[in-house]
Amino acid sequence: MNLNFHENHRLLYGTVFFGFVVLTVIIAIGPALWVQDHNRPLQRSRPLTEQEQRGLDIYVSEGCLYCHSQQVRPLDVDSPFGRPSAPGDYARLKPQDLWRMTPGLLGTERTGPDLSDVAARQSSATWNYIHLFEPRAVVKDSVMQAYAWMFEIKASPGPDDIVVPVPPDYAPPGGHVVATQKAKDLIAYLLSLKQVPIPGSTTETAQPRGGGAGTTSEMGARIYASRCAGCHGQYGGGTPGVFPPLKGDPVVTAPDPSRHIATVLFGLRGKTINGVSYAVAMPAHKSLLSDAEIAAVINHERTSWGNNAPAVTSEDVEKIRKEGKEGSD
Amino acid sequence: MPVNRPLAAKKTHIDRIIDEDYGLTRLIYAYAACASYWLVFGSILGEYLGIRFAFPDFGVHPWLSFGRLRPAHTNVVFWGWASLGMIALALYVVPRTSQRKLYNERLAWVSLGMINISVFAGVVLLMNGVSNGGQEYREFIWPVMGLFVVALLLLTYTLFQTVAKRIIPEIYISNWYIMAAFLWTIVLAVTAYLPWYQYGLSETVIQGYYMHMGVGMWFTPMVLGLTYYFLPKLLNKPIYSYSLGVLAFWTQMVFYSLIGAHHFVFSPIPWWLQTVAIIFSVGMFIPLVAGTGNFLLTMRGSEGTIARSYSLPFIFVGVIFYFLASGQGTFEAFRSLNRIWHFTNFTIAHSHMTMYGFVSFLIWGGTYGLLPRLTGREPRHVLVGVHFWFALVGILIYGFSLMIGGTEQGENWISGAPFIDSVKVLSSYWLWRAIGGSLMLLSHLIFAYNVHAMGPQAAAKVAA
Ligand code: HEM
Ligand code: HEM
Repeated sequence: MNLNFHENHRLLYGTVFFGFVVLTVIIAIGPALWVQDHNRPLQRSRPLTEQEQRGLDIYVSEGCLYCHSQQVRPLDVDSPFGRPSAPGDYARLKPQDLWRMTPGLLGTERTGPDLSDVAARQSSATWNYIHLFEPRAVVKDSVMQAYAWMFEIKASPGPDDIVVPVPPDYAPPGGHVVATQKAKDLIAYLLSLKQVPIPGSTTETAQPRGGGAGTTSEMGARIYASRCAGCHGQYGGGTPGVFPPLKGDPVVTAPDPSRHIATVLFGLRGKTINGVSYAVAMPAHKSLLSDAEIAAVINHERTSWGNNAPAVTSEDVEKIRKEGKEGSD
Repeated sequence: MPVNRPLAAKKTHIDRIIDEDYGLTRLIYAYAACASYWLVFGSILGEYLGIRFAFPDFGVHPWLSFGRLRPAHTNVVFWGWASLGMIALALYVVPRTSQRKLYNERLAWVSLGMINISVFAGVVLLMNGVSNGGQEYREFIWPVMGLFVVALLLLTYTLFQTVAKRIIPEIYISNWYIMAAFLWTIVLAVTAYLPWYQYGLSETVIQGYYMHMGVGMWFTPMVLGLTYYFLPKLLNKPIYSYSLGVLAFWTQMVFYSLIGAHHFVFSPIPWWLQTVAIIFSVGMFIPLVAGTGNFLLTMRGSEGTIARSYSLPFIFVGVIFYFLASGQGTFEAFRSLNRIWHFTNFTIAHSHMTMYGFVSFLIWGGTYGLLPRLTGREPRHVLVGVHFWFALVGILIYGFSLMIGGTEQGENWISGAPFIDSVKVLSSYWLWRAIGGSLMLLSHLIFAYNVHAMGPQAAAKVAA
């Protein structure tokens, strides 16, 4: 037998083929099996509901994951997006059906922000509907695709329809924007994207997450940008007719901060401000941000865009948190 | 045609037709022509995607949405353009260096049909929202990719038999690379599509392997193997060192296989896997330096020949990009730099500098080197020159704008600015990308026209 690679094609190609098979087992299949064996869903996580699962299917088929990662790295720069991702975060993912395999959600690009914990940042369904219909209606500089085809225009929506309060500049003529089932499923999925704590780790208690490094005023600005600006505008101008401006707002500029603090902690719904009534609810932040973070972001709001109200401390926030919703309202 | 061209050396005409096998010529031309159509289609998609970054509301029909067309772009240029373009040349090189006719031409025609159907079906499905799972380059669902793999199997069989029945005892180095690429890619695709070890995060382990091996075990060895034939052939001298080619081959096989996880540095997949990947990414300098060095040393002293040829400049650029862009990849794998560059547009720059500057340029060089010698029909030299310069300037604009933009994007994140600032930072670079992309697209239209001009039917008509 000729043992010369240069002359024996069977030997050469056999080595090349089986060598690569062995390498594949070592570097890919073996580790994959190992990871699979050690994969446990996190204790406090739950499976997706049927509707959220449909939403995930849409998320995959629309290719949201080319621009949005769902992978928080253990790096400072990723801290605004949540706690570092763990294998358990993905443990419930499995092949979608006979034709399609396990969705690959980690992503390789972050043209838009990471979505691992987006429901904690953008828990308002209304904001999400508007944003899906036309991202630029709420984030002026967004380059995200508008998913207008997931909505219908109806002259007279029925009682069960979800009517999306699109700001006047972006509202289509001739009727109301109504979410289709696709939009509802997709938003249901997005609102399910909330990280659960890793058992035994410090993330169990509310701890500073919005901020990362820097002074408290930087932290306040950062939390505002990632959690508030979507609705209230990067410069506090609000979203006309849908979300109120904070610039010059009576509660934000009031010398007594207690209503301001209570609103951030417990949320608000159906309020009329300066003659405009806002139907959309503001989400509560009491379980999303620590007292120090809430104080920081409130101080940012009280001292930006021409606002000039006295600062609050985390003790003030703590006090109102303890009093609870009733006490403050 | 004594035109005064101060900017370009006058190109030499080919002197003779080197092959009289009309059947094979038609087959190769068919592959090359299909490849050029897919290239045009794929780059129209790419240009459209690029423009969308500047005008996000441009086209709101679901079929025109970014998330559906992005995988269409990547899969078309991977499986339609680059794969067919490389196979076209391999169908010549393997029989030629084995000094034997292609074992079975009909099977190769069947494969061509299957690949075209597979890419077409895959694109239509993606545009209708049917995606395998969103992992890059395996967005085609398995029946579609299965068709592609069967086509590869048929080709492997045909080419293997051709080598097996060779007249000379030696297996020329090109056939090491080319055949290995086919064998590796079959293993790779099967591994990627079997579901049983891909639940939860395991899918990501396989994705890292697949995504990198796709470029590293298919495109890279294929074009390197082709270059081991075309470069010496076109220069009319032997390759500088045969054993460097062999060294690069084995190191490529072992090192490249182990570095897939560097696509997921800092992710929750096992840390040791990431570390292995980073270490061997450095190891990649061995095949890289061996390969590039070998090519450049072969070119040394033949600068005049290169300047007078219209195919060799493409090969020269391809070799340079091979070195620079793969080296760039090693740096991207380091944790310290990955921290800045990962998730940014720097990756997009790298993808294009490799798949475009390296792979596509080498395919162009081979195509311009081969087709006229098969058909006796030359493209207009000016148009080849326009193709060359538009493509080169285009990819340089594309690559540099996104390398700078991607770095700024990463630094912007680290600075802790609001996320939307990083989007604003990129807007001018995205505009530059669209400009570079337009030049690239134009050059592809010219390439498709040139391929047509080199076609054999036209030759037959002239002869008649
Ligand atoms: C006119 C020429 C081209 C233009 C304007 C273009 C543009 C684009 C755009 C806009 C993207 C998406 C980037 C993002 O999501 O941020 C992309 C992705 C990609 N393109 Fe192109 N492209 C062109 C040609 C090509 C060619 C010829 C190839 C390969 C031979 C190629 C390979 C890729 C790859 C691999 C990706 C995925 C990048 C990644 O995920 O890292 N492109 N291209
Ligand atoms: C020494 C050789 C190479 C090394 C070490 C390397 C390294 C890397 C790394 C680390 C990334 C991921 C970047 C990130 O996501 O942050 C990457 C992406 C990529 N590389 Fe390479 N690269 C090499 C050569 C090549 C070659 C030769 C090609 C093409 C033929 C190629 C094509 C790509 C593509 C298409 C991507 C984008 C995939 C994605 O979407 O992440 N690379 N490479």
